[in-house]
Amino acid sequence: MSAAKSKKSNSEQYLRMYRQMARIRAFEDQANQLYLSGKMPGLTHMYSGQEAVAVGICEELTATDKITSTHRGHGHCVAKGAEFKQMFCELLGKEEGYCRGKGGSMHIADQANGNLGANAIVGGSAGIATGSALSAKHLGTDDVTVCFFGDGALGQGLLYETMNMAALWNLPVIYACENNLYGEYTKVEEMAAGELTARAKAFGIETHIVDGQDVLAVNQLTQKLVERARKGEGPFFIQLNTYRYHGHHVGDINREYYRSKEEEALWKQERDPITNFGAWLSDEKIATPAELSAINDEIKADAEAAVAYALDAAYPNIVEVDMHVYADTPNSA
Amino acid sequence: MREITLSQAVNEAISEELRRDPTIFLMGEDVAEAGTPFKVLSGLVEEFGPERIIDTPISEPGFMGLAVGAAMTGSRPIVDLMFGDFLFLIMDQLCNQAAKTHYMSGGKLNVPLVVRTNLGATRRSAAQHSQSLHALVAHIPGLKVALPSSAYEAKGLMKTAIRDNNPVIIFEDKLMYNDKAPVPEEEYLIPFGEANILREGKDITLVATSSMVQVAQQAAELLAADNISAEVIDPRTIVPLDEETILNSVRKTSRAIVIDEGHQSYGITGEIASRINEKAFFHLDAPVRRMGAMDVPVPFSPALEDLTVPTPETVAKQARADLAGDFNYVA
Repeated sequence: MSAAKSKKSNSEQYLRMYRQMARIRAFEDQANQLYLSGKMPGLTHMYSGQEAVAVGICEELTATDKITSTHRGHGHCVAKGAEFKQMFCELLGKEEGYCRGKGGSMHIADQANGNLGANAIVGGSAGIATGSALSAKHLGTDDVTVCFFGDGALGQGLLYETMNMAALWNLPVIYACENNLYGEYTKVEEMAAGELTARAKAFGIETHIVDGQDVLAVNQLTQKLVERARKGEGPFFIQLNTYRYHGHHVGDINREYYRSKEEEALWKQERDPITNFGAWLSDEKIATPAELSAINDEIKADAEAAVAYALDAAYPNIVEVDMHVYADTPNSA
Repeated sequence: MREITLSQAVNEAISEELRRDPTIFLMGEDVAEAGTPFKVLSGLVEEFGPERIIDTPISEPGFMGLAVGAAMTGSRPIVDLMFGDFLFLIMDQLCNQAAKTHYMSGGKLNVPLVVRTNLGATRRSAAQHSQSLHALVAHIPGLKVALPSSAYEAKGLMKTAIRDNNPVIIFEDKLMYNDKAPVPEEEYLIPFGEANILREGKDITLVATSSMVQVAQQAAELLAADNISAEVIDPRTIVPLDEETILNSVRKTSRAIVIDEGHQSYGITGEIASRINEKAFFHLDAPVRRMGAMDVPVPFSPALEDLTVPTPETVAKQARADLAGDFNYVA
């Protein structure tokens, strides 16, 4: 673990970050089971292994700060403040879901907490995030926007067009590149030439590389960058080195043709962000292993209860199928 | 009433709305000091400043994407897309993002933005600056599509577009920028989904959009000389479409030609003709005709380009054949 902040005053925050990472892991474990047991329509993409990225960053954001998320977006959604019940309802296409069941796993949005939505087009939210930052500048708020995307999105031209404008106009946006080493079923080095951060540097954007398995390192860097972005010193680009435990999606089971079981086991055994942060919390006497275990149990029970609730929840009424195509425009001509 | 050009009408509409609502801003290529290549936005940056009239890099997908994000977070952006042909560049941001966000979020997120762009051939600009691509976006649920046919229409529809809480694409006919029409000094808006009956008639209905409204009007004059009474209808917006006004007209005239400058195949003409067939079948005395642009990339040579779009003569000829019962004649 990286050097701690003054640990006594921050122990509440540390435990919150631990709890949020554990919540993401528990959510994904349940989502995976829903898929494997045939109870979930469609498919989904697991965030397990990358929890320190979403939590370390979102811990520094206010409810009016914005994020844009990806197809692998459950972790961002939880970290930005979403509740299990509405999330599982959305995954199962139920009326009480965040999007009334119309978005599903790949499009969960939670506008009350500043989550502008997951996006099923790789790199597709680079414009939305940068536009959100432009909007903050235009409207005179001090909101910061974080654009989460994976290494796969580095292949998309949209990202470069929007980083260029963000740099030209000093927009309060942080580009958070989660390098989990694989874009779908292909290694990053086969898809992205040169240094990843060199792309942002070309636009004069300040870049950072951080261990995405270390929630404290992610959080401490983010704290500084968010503060500076609020003062108009943005944009920033962070490369967060991390790893996804599952395949590209839940159905990507046999994946030895692109990565080995040994590699996966090594990350899980030695680099797990939750285990390692838990060990650090114990070492620093912030929480005992028994206390952490109790937190895990409580969260698991919460997740199971939310799944049970969502499985029993109602589907949307069929009259909703053509609702929300267009927004109402009161007082128009 | 005073007369102003379509260009001035668009400029007035945007200026008035920028004064009314500080959340509105406009972005695009060379929109500020240059005032666009067609000079439609001249003077705006002087009044509203570079923070609200924003010159962007030549990055259409990028600034379209920015507009989507800005619209989702409380701003009301107007995107200036220099040529309608550049729609192909922004399709993901417009059709996958802007169009679907309200629906995919279960109605929680709105995307109130306007894309102002243009259509129309016969300007000797060749295949990548002459297309009329409004059918592409009309196909996507979640987008609204407005097609002004005069300075008066352009001002009223633009103001409505800016106030709408959805993504609206408004296509101006680039040959019409210097055309003058009476436009009131006082404020007015033209509601979406209300067609305009420009000329009443009893023998045949000419449904025409945008650049083709003038063509239909002139065709109606030619037909009047032959004692054929044509009704001319401008739908003004194709999404939403005022089906009732069109159907009521055809129920009266029993014949219809739909004229639009998009390519004829899989286009607006086919859509409107099909709705007439489905909903006014028993009133018809002739096949409903489609007259769109020829299904070829727009050629550069004037000798070829002029062949690709309907003209008053070709429309009148089709109408005469339909009235004469010559149903094998297809213009």
